[in-house]
Amino acid sequence: MPIDILMPALSPTMEKGNLTKWLKKEGDSVKSGDVIAEIETDKATMEVEAVDEGILGKILVPEGTQDVAVNTPIASILADGEDANAAPAPAQKAAESAPPAAAPQPSPTAAAAPAPQAAVPSAVANPPQVKSQPDPEVPPGTEMVTMTVREALRDAMAEEMRRDADVFVMGEEVAEYQGAYKITQGLLQEFGAKRVVDTPITEHGFAGMGVGAAMAGLKPIVEFMTFNFAMQAIDQIINSAAKTLYMSGGQVHCSIVFRGPNGAAARVAAQHSQDYTSWYSHIPGLKVIAPYSAADAKGLLKAAIRDPNPIIFLENEILYGHSFEVPKLDDYVLPIGKARIARAGKDVTLVAWSIGMTYALKAAEELAKQGIEAEVIDLRTIRPMDTATIIESVKKTGRCVTIEEGWAQSGVGAEISARLMADAFDYLDAPVLRVTGKDVPMPYAANLEKLALPTVADVIEAVRAVTYR
Amino acid sequence: MAVKKAVARTEAAPGAIPDFSKEQELHAYREMLLIRRFEEKAGQMYGMGLIGGFCHLYIGQEAVVVGMQMAMKKGDQVITGYRDHGHMLSTGMQAKGVMAELTGRRGGYSKGKGGSMHMFSIEKQFFGGHGIVGAQVSLGTGLAFANHYRDNGSVSVVYFGDGAANQGQVYESFNMAELWKLPAVYVIENNKYAMGTSVNRASAQTDFSKRGTSFNIPGEQVDGMDVRAVKAAAERALGFARDGKGPYILEMQTYRYRGHSMSDPAKYRSKEEVQKMRTEHDPIEQVRARLLEKGLVSEDELKAIDGEIREVVNAAADFATHDPEPDPSELYTDILR
Repeated sequence: MPIDILMPALSPTMEKGNLTKWLKKEGDSVKSGDVIAEIETDKATMEVEAVDEGILGKILVPEGTQDVAVNTPIASILADGEDANAAPAPAQKAAESAPPAAAPQPSPTAAAAPAPQAAVPSAVANPPQVKSQPDPEVPPGTEMVTMTVREALRDAMAEEMRRDADVFVMGEEVAEYQGAYKITQGLLQEFGAKRVVDTPITEHGFAGMGVGAAMAGLKPIVEFMTFNFAMQAIDQIINSAAKTLYMSGGQVHCSIVFRGPNGAAARVAAQHSQDYTSWYSHIPGLKVIAPYSAADAKGLLKAAIRDPNPIIFLENEILYGHSFEVPKLDDYVLPIGKARIARAGKDVTLVAWSIGMTYALKAAEELAKQGIEAEVIDLRTIRPMDTATIIESVKKTGRCVTIEEGWAQSGVGAEISARLMADAFDYLDAPVLRVTGKDVPMPYAANLEKLALPTVADVIEAVRAVTYR
Repeated sequence: MAVKKAVARTEAAPGAIPDFSKEQELHAYREMLLIRRFEEKAGQMYGMGLIGGFCHLYIGQEAVVVGMQMAMKKGDQVITGYRDHGHMLSTGMQAKGVMAELTGRRGGYSKGKGGSMHMFSIEKQFFGGHGIVGAQVSLGTGLAFANHYRDNGSVSVVYFGDGAANQGQVYESFNMAELWKLPAVYVIENNKYAMGTSVNRASAQTDFSKRGTSFNIPGEQVDGMDVRAVKAAAERALGFARDGKGPYILEMQTYRYRGHSMSDPAKYRSKEEVQKMRTEHDPIEQVRARLLEKGLVSEDELKAIDGEIREVVNAAADFATHDPEPDPSELYTDILR
């Protein structure tokens, strides 16, 4: 019985990859440990080693194939005497055994909105596009280019580093490794080791060092491999970066950006899956940005780097590989502190940001089919919060549902609810409801992790409740 | 950042302490006396309820900052923890502005919003004034990083105590500073007590000059009660850092006469211990004795200096007592720029 070699998942969030090269030919003998192929993910090129011994039978996916879904059979290994053609690869079986998160994405042109695959689709696997509302920051007729959030973030840093010699980036693996999540890819080559600084694994120390350099007038971009690790550094972020301007009577400021992925990735369990949005949004002296689309990631990161204040820039690992349209402008800088209406509607206001937008937009699509028109607000900046835009929308809809992956207690949704109660009470026709992550540390098991995160169905249910339908 | 090859080095041995010229002795005397009198006045004003909250006095440790400052160049930065009044005065910050900050008045260096522990002066390159023990070590290493980045020839002088020397981020900073050869001088002010805990009860290695050993950072123990020894060591350390050889550690063996803060009765040590330090090792009395013994000045001349210093301090206290509190509108300023 031939053994299938399946497209391997080479990172927690990998859903597909490119098969760049076969290093063995059909008919070659293969021992376990032999490198048989090279696979390119969105983060790196990796070698695939054989696990089983035998003869490489049929190559099912030729080299150069793009976007091969995880768990797709790519070749088979034959035992002595087996015939390559006798046993066709059981592709159906492999697809069935694949975990749901790794469902193949059919469309390599990511600009096109993926078709809904099920009644309640997985929002995370198929991010909806924001295109219903033109962005007032983009002049009409501007050419749009498709790029990933990852590329947009890198371009933002590169553009600002070209513009200002005081801007530098530091963090773990940002230089020679090209970024743990490849956000700093190519920066070392362009700007050199002085401005793209690999640090030891020492979050508390390098965060404090960054703040000190900022006090001396430099403009550091401090990358945390993830914000989970920034908990080691939070004293420096809050006590030193956020409070110094005030404590110095306005004399000493810190122009610094702390950035990196925040919140749950996929299957990395409790210590690597926390959403810190509400933590940082609590602190006067900080600005907190959490973009969803690539265009916002670019425009807001450029604004953050130029801002003379300490900025918490919360990215999302799952969104890194997703593509969006980004305006092709020489200097695309967005205002910090302004929400955007991503989808207009009259029946209910959905407020989300970062990956929460995926649930909101998918739910809005589904709700439209049921005759409920949701207005979706992408908050983009959490502090300062654009309460005015939310209130204006609620004046129209009378209802509001907030969506976040973080926990409910003292969460951002709680803050939005309180503000609406204080400032828009007379316009509300129903209590504000919050869709949040469940009140548990993030579990590892795939089914439990799914249960711990919000779903599109949760959003739809909350909307039905506030619209009394 | 490129990691430079380690340079061969020898531990600089503190040789004989060079004598000060008359001008140097007089300068040190004035500077130390200003800190002493300022702190005594601050203690008095705290007792009168004019200064609130925490107030950590520097009395006894004056030779450390004054000796260091005598070896520094314009552009060198200073950063320290919360026992910071002496550091500020030594950089040339005005007694009036410091005292008015202690009383929380609008004429204070931080407009009354920082208090005793949080003052800054970009003009004098003084970067605080930090209340979290050890945090200033990472921040000060960042100042050194900026000097290195700009290649401006300046050195960051980072003060911290024997207590802070046990914080983890100190060693994270040591590692990076040596790895990248950052121009930092770490001055560990060992005043024997981290609040109420003596060095022996808190530190496995009580020779703080060795705290950089595993990073190959050279260090030396210095008699921090002798301003001449401090200055001589500071010159070695600053020269080393300025030459691009990386960081340097100076353990200043010093002593604080007062409690940890104003509310500390200091029951963890004997009166005799304090008295012995005051009579046998006082940094100001040492200078005074030398000046008189060598016949460089007369008692009257020193008295005149004392009078001038008292005037400066009294004027500062007067200003800090009568300057108005910050305008209520200041509550909401300086949060973001």
